[in-house]
Amino acid sequence: MSLSAAIGQTPSPSPVVDAAVVRSPGYWTGVLRRLSRDPVAMTALVVIVLLLLMAIFAPYIAPADPSKGSMLRRLKPIGFPGYPLGADELGRDMLSRLIHGGRLSLLMGVTPVPIAFVIGSLLGITAGYVGGLTNTLIMRTVDVFYAFPSVLLAVALSGALGAGLTNALVSLTLVFVPPIARVAESVTTQVRGLDYIDAARASGAKAGSIIRVHVLGNVLGPIFVYATSLVSVSMILASGLSFLGLGVRPPEPEWGLMLNTLRTAIYTQPMVAALPGVMIFITSIAFNMVSDGLRSAMDVKS
Amino acid sequence: MIIGEPAHLPDGPDRGGPAQPLLSVRDLVKHFPVKGKGLFGKGAVVRAVDGVSFDIRKGETLGVVGESGCGKSTTARLLMHLIKADSGEMVFDGEKVGADLDLTAYRRQVQMVFQDSYASLNPRLTIEESIAYGPQVHGVSAAKARAKAHDLLARVGLEPGRFAGRYPHELSGGQRQRINIARALALEPRLVILDEAVSALDKSVEAQVLNLLQDLKDEFGLTYVFISHDLNVVKFIVDRVMVMYLGKVAEIGEGPAVFGAPRHPYTAALLASMPKMDPDARSAEAPLTGDPPNPINPPSGCRFHTRCALAEPVCSVQEPPLAAMEGLQEAACLMALPGSGHSRAPAPVEAAA
Repeated sequence: MSLSAAIGQTPSPSPVVDAAVVRSPGYWTGVLRRLSRDPVAMTALVVIVLLLLMAIFAPYIAPADPSKGSMLRRLKPIGFPGYPLGADELGRDMLSRLIHGGRLSLLMGVTPVPIAFVIGSLLGITAGYVGGLTNTLIMRTVDVFYAFPSVLLAVALSGALGAGLTNALVSLTLVFVPPIARVAESVTTQVRGLDYIDAARASGAKAGSIIRVHVLGNVLGPIFVYATSLVSVSMILASGLSFLGLGVRPPEPEWGLMLNTLRTAIYTQPMVAALPGVMIFITSIAFNMVSDGLRSAMDVKS
Repeated sequence: MIIGEPAHLPDGPDRGGPAQPLLSVRDLVKHFPVKGKGLFGKGAVVRAVDGVSFDIRKGETLGVVGESGCGKSTTARLLMHLIKADSGEMVFDGEKVGADLDLTAYRRQVQMVFQDSYASLNPRLTIEESIAYGPQVHGVSAAKARAKAHDLLARVGLEPGRFAGRYPHELSGGQRQRINIARALALEPRLVILDEAVSALDKSVEAQVLNLLQDLKDEFGLTYVFISHDLNVVKFIVDRVMVMYLGKVAEIGEGPAVFGAPRHPYTAALLASMPKMDPDARSAEAPLTGDPPNPINPPSGCRFHTRCALAEPVCSVQEPPLAAMEGLQEAACLMALPGSGHSRAPAPVEAAA
């Protein structure tokens, strides 16, 4: 009875949208599902979450005060009683300093990328969609920045702006805008030439609407993947700036800065001196692996 | 299955009556600059469309045929205002496009279906979102636009319940092209430009879509511009046909007249190059040899004279205008122009060799 009634109803589609429409899972649902099945990316994601938790709850986790030194216990090896990961050149607890150092290092590594992502995407998508003279103006300006190696540019910018956390963040952001703008421009130019953009223009839509509905959804994904791969670069550059004395000032714990101050101890306590580097390495490789996983999760054609 | 609520997109008034062409194109020109001549080099241009004039009558299907690179698709994009014409004017049902009739209003009445069914659908939008986008641009509410999308899906033979929420990559080429047709119809246009719309489909699906197009045309009173390189399909679907060669109109006229008695040697050669079903009628040698000349530097006089079997010296000097002949057929050939100086000129001559 119910079957025949259902069959009888099918051929008359009501103009009112019915609830019985088969919904395919959206694109991002698929991406997340594939990402969740990637063991490497998931492991790396867990590592990043742990690092973030460590940074957030540093005061509660750290066994000792990261700035309290002891002249008697300078440069103690790993496993020294009371100092699970040894002590630094001023006798401060390395474990506590590494835990606290994650706060600034992650802040400096992660913050510039989303900001650069917004600015770079804005520039690149505008250049790619509008084309012509606008494209030339934006992209040639970007190319000027692009011509310098990123380390040199970061050092020059924060040198010009002066040392300090904020200036280091600003200069790192400026370093990442050009490459993101470039990727955004090339992806947008590619999408802009596709027929569905022409079809949208033919329907009389304005540029703003076309960009919002048709361009962004197809362009932000690839730019986002590229941006995530920059997090690790940003971490390393930030450490480099601190190492050069352009980022964080001592005695604040920061991995790059710690690497710098401990470099004189490389012959006496090499294992201890290498620890900040190990942390930078683990963090940047975790971000890289998530970025790789995201790329392959998004890259599935069908 | 009737399209619901046609009232919410008011139709443009049929101003001029049936005798007024729906779209009248005059001296349309589009040259593309060629790069690579250096910063101050003389700017070479590709004469993609070089002075094309024609009328599209209300309710007809106008076929546009020609070799690759003859300007068919450029003409389509010019008609759609996707690219800006260098010069020339278009009059849509008595109103000059861009002056009397603004572009947004014009675009609502003229829609296009592209060849690549996949590239013409946004991969991130569901089918119903793609179809509903156009009406929403013109101020129809989201709910009404969605309802319209569902009606149109049903009309093009796709069950709305099954397809509305899907993504383009989940469908076949034929299904996607039906969706593209539905999207074009969502704005209730009067003129639909079909740019190789069925060329990428396999033969059985192509036939289905062609029949669908015919049905939709009758139901909605549409006018089609049907661009194709497949002469068999063109012969099947069109009322009138326009033959283009190197950015110019070579011949235009009623389908049976042009296909039956071509007046331009190029049309004749194109027709002779059609694959024949009858083995005895197969041609042994190619009726047209070589590639079309470079549109950057087209031949002087008649652009076809370099490949024409009947060319005479006068052909390389004098450019033939479109000459009207009996049966509203027009051909741009000196042999069709009385007193042109060509030995076969005075009386119209059978060009088909």
